[in-house]
Amino acid sequence: MKVYLDHAATTYVDEDVLQAMMPYFVDTFGNASSQHQYGQASLNAVDRAREQVAAAICARPSEIYFTSGGTEADNWAIKGIAHAYQHKGKHLITTVVEHHAVLHPMEQLEKEGFEVTYLPVHADGRVDLEALKKAIRPDTILISVMFANNEIGTIQPIAEIGKIAKEHKIFFHTDAVQAMGACPIDVKELGIDLLSMSAHKFYGPKGVGALYIRTGVKPQKLITGGAQERTMRGGTLNTPGIVGMGEALSKAVRDMEKNNEHIRALRDYFVAEVLKCIPDVVVNGGMEHRLPNNANISFKFIEGESILLSLDMDGIAASSGSACSSGSLDPSHVLLATGLPVEYAHGSIRFTFGKSTTKEAVDYTLECLKNTIEKLRAWSPLYADHIRR
Amino acid sequence: MAYSQALIERFRNPKNVGEIADANGIGRVGNASCGDIMEIYLKIENNIVVDAKFKTFGCASAIASSDVACDLIRGRTVEDALKLTNDEIVKELDGLPAQKIHCSILASEAIALAVEYYRNGGKMPTEDKMV
Repeated sequence: MKVYLDHAATTYVDEDVLQAMMPYFVDTFGNASSQHQYGQASLNAVDRAREQVAAAICARPSEIYFTSGGTEADNWAIKGIAHAYQHKGKHLITTVVEHHAVLHPMEQLEKEGFEVTYLPVHADGRVDLEALKKAIRPDTILISVMFANNEIGTIQPIAEIGKIAKEHKIFFHTDAVQAMGACPIDVKELGIDLLSMSAHKFYGPKGVGALYIRTGVKPQKLITGGAQERTMRGGTLNTPGIVGMGEALSKAVRDMEKNNEHIRALRDYFVAEVLKCIPDVVVNGGMEHRLPNNANISFKFIEGESILLSLDMDGIAASSGSACSSGSLDPSHVLLATGLPVEYAHGSIRFTFGKSTTKEAVDYTLECLKNTIEKLRAWSPLYADHIRR
Repeated sequence: MAYSQALIERFRNPKNVGEIADANGIGRVGNASCGDIMEIYLKIENNIVVDAKFKTFGCASAIASSDVACDLIRGRTVEDALKLTNDEIVKELDGLPAQKIHCSILASEAIALAVEYYRNGGKMPTEDKMV
C-alpha cells in the first residue's frame, strides 16, 4: 500500500486544476504582456485567476501580485518593506518559529544593519502577545508572523497581531503558505497588510505563488526587469501556473469546510490511536489552535530519519520536521522553541493528511508505525537504558 | 546524494543488532543531543574478535555503519580491529552522503573504545587467556 502523509510539503495537482491549466500550454500560449490576440487571451486568463485569488482572501484583484512561490513572496514582503521604509526605522519583529523563507531574509537584513526581534512562543507554539507588545519600538516598521506553522500546524492569533500592528501603525506581513485552503482568511478583517501564499500547498502547481499587498503599501521591488504586475514584479507571467493557482484556491476555499472535517477526523483518530498504542510519545504543539491536517509526534529513544526511512520502505511518506531542513543535522528550530528537549526533537515525525487520505491508509500507517517504533527501539541503546531503569 | 542500495539493505536487515551478554569489550560514543549514540559489544577470545554486535540510536546511516563495522572486525585480531577506518565502512556501504560521513567515523570510534575497554580489563577474560 502507498500512503502519502506529507501534504504540508506539497500536494498533487487536483484533476480539475490540471484540466483548467491544460489549454494554456499549447493552444493559448501567448505572452500575457503581448498586445496581439494571443497575448490578450492569456491576459484574460491571468485576470480571471487574479480575481479568484483575491476573492479567496477578501482582497481586491489589484492587490494580488503573482510570484514564483511562497519563498519569493516572503522575501519580497520583508526585504521590500524594510528597504522602502527604512527612513522610518530599521527595526523588524518576527518569531522564532517562522519558516526559513522568513528567517533567512531577516538574517540578511540584520547584516545590512537592521535590527530584528525574534519573539518566543508558548509550549503550544503560539506567539507571546505580551512579548510582541513589549518588543514594539518607535522605529519598528514591520511585524511578520506566520499564519500557521509548517511543522506543528499552530495557528497564530493573527487578528490580535493585526490589531496591535494597526494601533502602532506598523506593517503586518503573514506567511500564510500553510493556511490557505484550511483557514478562512479575510485580510481586511484580520488587519493584514501583506500575505504570502504558494499554489502547490492547496492542490495547485509548483512554481507559482502570490503576494497580497494592501492598497497604499509600497514595498520596494524584488525582481526587476519588466513592467509585469503593474511594474512591481518583472518576468513573463506563468500563465498555466497562475490559472492553476486561481482554480486551485477557488476550489480549496469552496470545499474548505468539507475537506477540513474529513481531514480533522482522520488526524484526530490517528493521534488518539498513536497515544493509545505507542508508549513514550509526545504530541508536539497544542491541539486547540491547529491546522486540521497536522500531527507532529516525537517518539522517544529513537531518531526521526530512521523512522522516516523505515516507514518509506513500507510505502508511507511522512516528514521529519520540515522537508527543507531534512538535509541538515540540526533538530527542528520550531520544536526546540516550544521547549521540547533536544533528544526528543531528534525523534519527531510530521504526518500531514490530505483531502484524499482514507481511513484504510491511516490504519495501515498505524500498523506500520507501531512495528517500526518497536523495531527501532529494540535497536536503541537509549531504550535499553530506559528498560534497565 | 541519496542513500545507496547497499545502505538501504543494511538498514532494512541489519545482521548484527543486539547485545552480547558476556561481552568483554564495550564502547559507547555520541550523545542524544547530537542525535547519534552507538554502543558496540565485542566478544574477544585469544586476541581475536569472535563476535561483534551493536545498538544504535541514530539515522539510517548510523545504523548501517554500525552493522557494517561489526562485520568488518569479526575475525580480526585486536590490533587489526583497531586499524578499522571509516573509509572501509563507507566503501562497504557504497558511499555515504557528505553530511553522514560522521556516522562512519562514529562507528570506528566506538570500536576503538570497545577495544580500549577490553585492554583496560573492564570485564577481564581470565588471566590465563591473556597473552
